[in-house]
Amino acid sequence: MNLPAAIEAFTNALDSSAASYLDACVHCGQCAQACHFYEATGDTRYVPAYKMQLLDRVYKRTKSPIAGMLRMLGIAPAPVTEADLEEWNDLIYDSCTLCGRCTIVCPMAIDIAGMVRKSREAMVAAGMVPDSMMGAAKRALEIGSPLGIKPETLRKIVAEQAEEVGIPIELDKVGADYLVILSAMEVLNFYETIGALARIFKQAGISWTISSKAYEATNIGIQMGDKAIAATLVGRVVEAAEELGVKYVISPECGHAYSALNWEGPNLVGRAYDFKVIHILELLDQLQQEGRIRTKGMDSRRLTFHDPCQIVRRGGIEAEPRRIMNQVADNFVEMSPAGAANICCGGGGGVSSNSRAEDLRITAFAAKKEQLDDVKPDALVTACGNCRNVIEEAMDVYEMEMPVLGMTELLATYLDD
Amino acid sequence: MFVEFVEGPLWYFSAAVFVLGVLWRVVGIIRLKRRAKDLSVPRASATVGALKAQVLHFVPHGGFSFRTVYHLVAGYSFHIGLFVLLLWGAPHIAFFETHILGFSWDALPRWGFVVAAQFAFAGLMLLWVRRISDPVMIKLSDKDDHVSAWLTFTVMLTGCLALQESVEALRILHMLSVEIWLLYFPFSRLMHAVTFAFSRGHTGALFGRRGIVP
Repeated sequence: MNLPAAIEAFTNALDSSAASYLDACVHCGQCAQACHFYEATGDTRYVPAYKMQLLDRVYKRTKSPIAGMLRMLGIAPAPVTEADLEEWNDLIYDSCTLCGRCTIVCPMAIDIAGMVRKSREAMVAAGMVPDSMMGAAKRALEIGSPLGIKPETLRKIVAEQAEEVGIPIELDKVGADYLVILSAMEVLNFYETIGALARIFKQAGISWTISSKAYEATNIGIQMGDKAIAATLVGRVVEAAEELGVKYVISPECGHAYSALNWEGPNLVGRAYDFKVIHILELLDQLQQEGRIRTKGMDSRRLTFHDPCQIVRRGGIEAEPRRIMNQVADNFVEMSPAGAANICCGGGGGVSSNSRAEDLRITAFAAKKEQLDDVKPDALVTACGNCRNVIEEAMDVYEMEMPVLGMTELLATYLDD
Repeated sequence: MFVEFVEGPLWYFSAAVFVLGVLWRVVGIIRLKRRAKDLSVPRASATVGALKAQVLHFVPHGGFSFRTVYHLVAGYSFHIGLFVLLLWGAPHIAFFETHILGFSWDALPRWGFVVAAQFAFAGLMLLWVRRISDPVMIKLSDKDDHVSAWLTFTVMLTGCLALQESVEALRILHMLSVEIWLLYFPFSRLMHAVTFAFSRGHTGALFGRRGIVP
């Protein structure tokens, strides 16, 4: 364990915004009720504000305007130790999905998820990233996908989907307008999405392709708090998109991939892109608004929509999925709360890649289950492959029988082609 | 002698420490490294987001229940009561006119002062009882939280004791407690009265440009 490097990373993370947050927190504890980990367990260690304490201690010892005075008077907090890093490691990685729901309820609007992200950077510096996340990072860097999906596997799956829907899908097509990237979970578990996209894009008259060099949208670097890895993974997509000369890169049904590529990516690679990033929900909604997607019939089941946190609460896409839902479902019911205040599935922010957090993740799903029990839908729709997988796994454990659908596939089901 | 000290040098010293201390903290926070220029393409205005967050977080949103309602009622009861006492209490207005501003405004009637004080006391006590009884707040709280609450309570209590303005010692006791409070403020969590705006502003700006203010 590299304690000095961790302290340095904590210190470097203390910018003006972090200082404002730490100096504004009044320890009111309202964030507790926003956290599904605290709500499901009642363990006060999981209270979001508590997760900021290592950063707070380093701040009060080093960067706070009164740090010198506190040290001189002997009332500065104790230095962070190796034992502290050990104790906070599971709080930082296992019990926070970076969902940001705590910010909504905070009277000071503190971005606690952002502070946990900064704390993860210190854990990276200390060499304390959970093993399973390190494994995913290694596969992402060496093979191209955190789940180890090789280019030849992708080609096979894409070819199968092309045959299934009877529409050719050309990989590495130079001059296409749109580049589709996919989350690993979509490629392995929900590959019907690829065929659905082919059908929708054919009807809408969209020229698109998939890169065999950069097909993976998942960014494990963002999740583990390693900016270098995050920049490498974003850089691959940027390079491929610019080589192919596309006008748009479509961020897929994946929560953090959108944050990684659209909001953080340009800052990670240090420049604006030569292309635009558009989320698949934005694109589908836009195509609908323009009348380029014709649907036939409506799903009459009682459907509800699970908002992926990074797409709505931290990504700003809230109205689009609802317009799409209303186009194809005539019995769409919202959970409460929904939209920006929606409750996380429990597996975001790398928690689903962190095998040691599995039991806790399943426990935390109780908060989502409660929402679903209230609404009693026939099926759940979402727009994130990871949410979908996490919810399906948790539903198995809780013995809930409910189909979990992807938004793109749902729309394609009612496509009038 | 002690009375003159409290009304003279100690008042000026504590007021100076308060003003300079708050400025020191604020400038210190602003001078820290800022977020690098955001190179992502904004969906909406960061400035509008920062302003929206200032207003939005005065009122809880998102469908939260007990904790929020408790803190909302107790918090607003305390803060509104305190500010009404501070700004519309007749002795305070007289003090502001004589020592600081040189002008005055209409004061609350006595019954209004008493009602405001009751709200302020009730709110502060509810918040403190919660701090020592709720496992979440116990886990989060440190000495500073308790000292801040007790100092504020002392200021309010001595203020009420001095309300009649008939016993000089009580008035001086109130002024002394205010001065201790002013000396403590810049070095404590009482600074949230200033830093809340920075915190809301940073989050509002960051997410405002993404088209949402959480």
